[in-house]
Amino acid sequence: MSTATTARVPRPAPAPDGGRTRRSRIHGREGAAGWTFITPMVVILGLFLAVPILMAAWVSVSDWSGRGSPLSSEVDFVGLENYRQLVAGGGLATQDFGTALRNNAWYVLLVVPLQTTLALFLAVLVNRKVLRGRGAFRTAFYFPSVTSSVAITVLFLFLFSASGAVNRFVGFLGVDGPNWFADARGVVHLALSAVGVDSGPAALTGHGFLGITWWEWLSGPSIAMSVLVLMAVFTTSGTFMLLFIAGLQQISGDVEEAAMMDGATAWQRFRLVTLPMLRPTLFTVLTLGLIGCWQVFDQVYTATQGGPAKTTLTPAYLSYQASFEQQDWGRGAAIAFVLFGIIVAFAAFQRWVLRERTTVPRRRRFVPTGVAAATSARGAGGAPDSGAAVAATDRRTTEPEEER
Amino acid sequence: MTAAPTVAGTGDRAGAGAASARGPVRPDRSSRRRSRGTVVVYAILLGFVVLYLYPFLVQVVTSFKTDTEAVASPLSLVPQTWTTAAYERLFLRSDFPLWFTNSVVVTVCVTLGRVFIDSLAGYALARLHFRGRGVVFALLVAVMAVPGVVLLIPKFLVLNQLGIYDSYAGLIIPLLADAAGIFIMKNFFESIPRSVEEAARIDGAGTFRTYWSIVLPMATPALVTLVILSFQGSWNELSHFIVAAQSPELATLTKGVAGLAAGGLGQGSQFPLKLGAAALMTVPVAILFFVFQRRIMNTVTGAVKE
Repeated sequence: MSTATTARVPRPAPAPDGGRTRRSRIHGREGAAGWTFITPMVVILGLFLAVPILMAAWVSVSDWSGRGSPLSSEVDFVGLENYRQLVAGGGLATQDFGTALRNNAWYVLLVVPLQTTLALFLAVLVNRKVLRGRGAFRTAFYFPSVTSSVAITVLFLFLFSASGAVNRFVGFLGVDGPNWFADARGVVHLALSAVGVDSGPAALTGHGFLGITWWEWLSGPSIAMSVLVLMAVFTTSGTFMLLFIAGLQQISGDVEEAAMMDGATAWQRFRLVTLPMLRPTLFTVLTLGLIGCWQVFDQVYTATQGGPAKTTLTPAYLSYQASFEQQDWGRGAAIAFVLFGIIVAFAAFQRWVLRERTTVPRRRRFVPTGVAAATSARGAGGAPDSGAAVAATDRRTTEPEEER
Repeated sequence: MTAAPTVAGTGDRAGAGAASARGPVRPDRSSRRRSRGTVVVYAILLGFVVLYLYPFLVQVVTSFKTDTEAVASPLSLVPQTWTTAAYERLFLRSDFPLWFTNSVVVTVCVTLGRVFIDSLAGYALARLHFRGRGVVFALLVAVMAVPGVVLLIPKFLVLNQLGIYDSYAGLIIPLLADAAGIFIMKNFFESIPRSVEEAARIDGAGTFRTYWSIVLPMATPALVTLVILSFQGSWNELSHFIVAAQSPELATLTKGVAGLAAGGLGQGSQFPLKLGAAALMTVPVAILFFVFQRRIMNTVTGAVKE
């Protein structure tokens, strides 16, 4: 948020004797140097981020089969045919795409609230002032986040194998665990059949969307997908916990104390003081979580390759599979673009939803005092409002300021 | 018991805490309640610690079990027969050493490249005035918003077009610059007081000279952060390596071990082998994590301590 504005303010507090003439003399030299400095970045990011998007845009409206160059004259323009096949073709392509969207939607629906709640819960516990060994707890909870997704997936394949650790453990409790990674039954369907509903009403089974019936849309994540959900919560909650801790530390003790003086209970303080002041962090966590969740690829590639019965297929993996395995590059690129659209739409929607609420008057009352207190608490001032990433490294360098 | 329901309904929540604490002295109650609260918090936290770390312990221990024991007693933390068979197999009769070497080569190159390119760009965006800076910065923000997975196929297309598909260049070059790292460096350079550079300039140092011998040494904390993030990022990268190369000689650890998980080395579950490989690939990152844990966690949080 601040980065864009700081870029426009070139010199926050220039030395008073820096005359205009010297500055303009330097300008030309600086211009050349500036472009020299950014050339490597521009070339690499341009070549591997900007150009690919343009090229994929072309492939998604072409019939390129993976042989030769997609820019050669043998490749034909097919318009929106690839997209039409995805959403309205009625064939296997549509069905796979619908299935992948359903799987990922359930994944998002479960992972985002779970990881956010768990992260916030851990952060609040770890952030208690009286707690000893805070650092050790933080380390323990954060460790899964630094390991590679492949290593974690291999570990989960073992833990959740048919006779694995988890089933052995639930066995002690007298429960027969499923064969997790091979179980394609949807959990909502399972819950319904537990109360005697084995097949959906005709209104749901007779009609559908994107090649699969409404009843299938409502199946819930399969057991196999549920393991991936747990894995995501396991690996990401540590990172988000750290973000929440940072947010909590920005809240000044005064506000908390004032609320305590007013006789607020711990829960009231959390709900009416802490939570509203954590709104920016909450926004960040939800957005990052949402964007991340629509990109599930590594785990699917490593563990299930989309199985069992395509219930762990995700759009990201489907896009890869369509291109690299079935050589249907146009379809793969089209899926990637639709996925991009989904992510942008969700992020925008979330931004809008969370924006709206900040205008609730009662909550706002806390914010200005809180922010003022927080900024003054950061002490030493001076440092421009840099992003969270370097706030920690800022402080060290603000001392020589008084030289002039 | 028959009279209980009316009381139990209302008193349930308070009852649990108050029943035993109702005792002798009033003022004692709040402090006792607080200490009991602390005990509960510790218990919950320790429960979570077990939940978060036990899997890793099991991982390491199981890699020293025999195949049959790994399946028969997956929960135990002490192997009945210790064996290093899994590791012998990994190092002597598999491509594991090759994957490891490839990962090291790629990670070192990417890290060095990122430190150089990101800090150059970050400095230019923070300090140098040049035409088009605003546009470049806006584009950078836009580019950062593109989700990585969406770029998988597009990246392959470009690599293929450039003729560096299935080569070390293809593995390394696309990862050499990352927008997030540029932001870290830019923010850091903005926090350095301008007076230092101006003094250097008055003394006649050129732009690159000022950057290289005055500003960069001051940026050590940010550079360390960048090294950590780049190392971790490229060591754990999977999807880019999948689309950038296909020959087995260019497989990195992530790709190789993912292949193992899918049954790459023959029949059976072979859990010790897979878990051993997964444990080994975690080691470098784990070392980095424990050495720099404070800095890593501050990087994520930007925590300011009192």
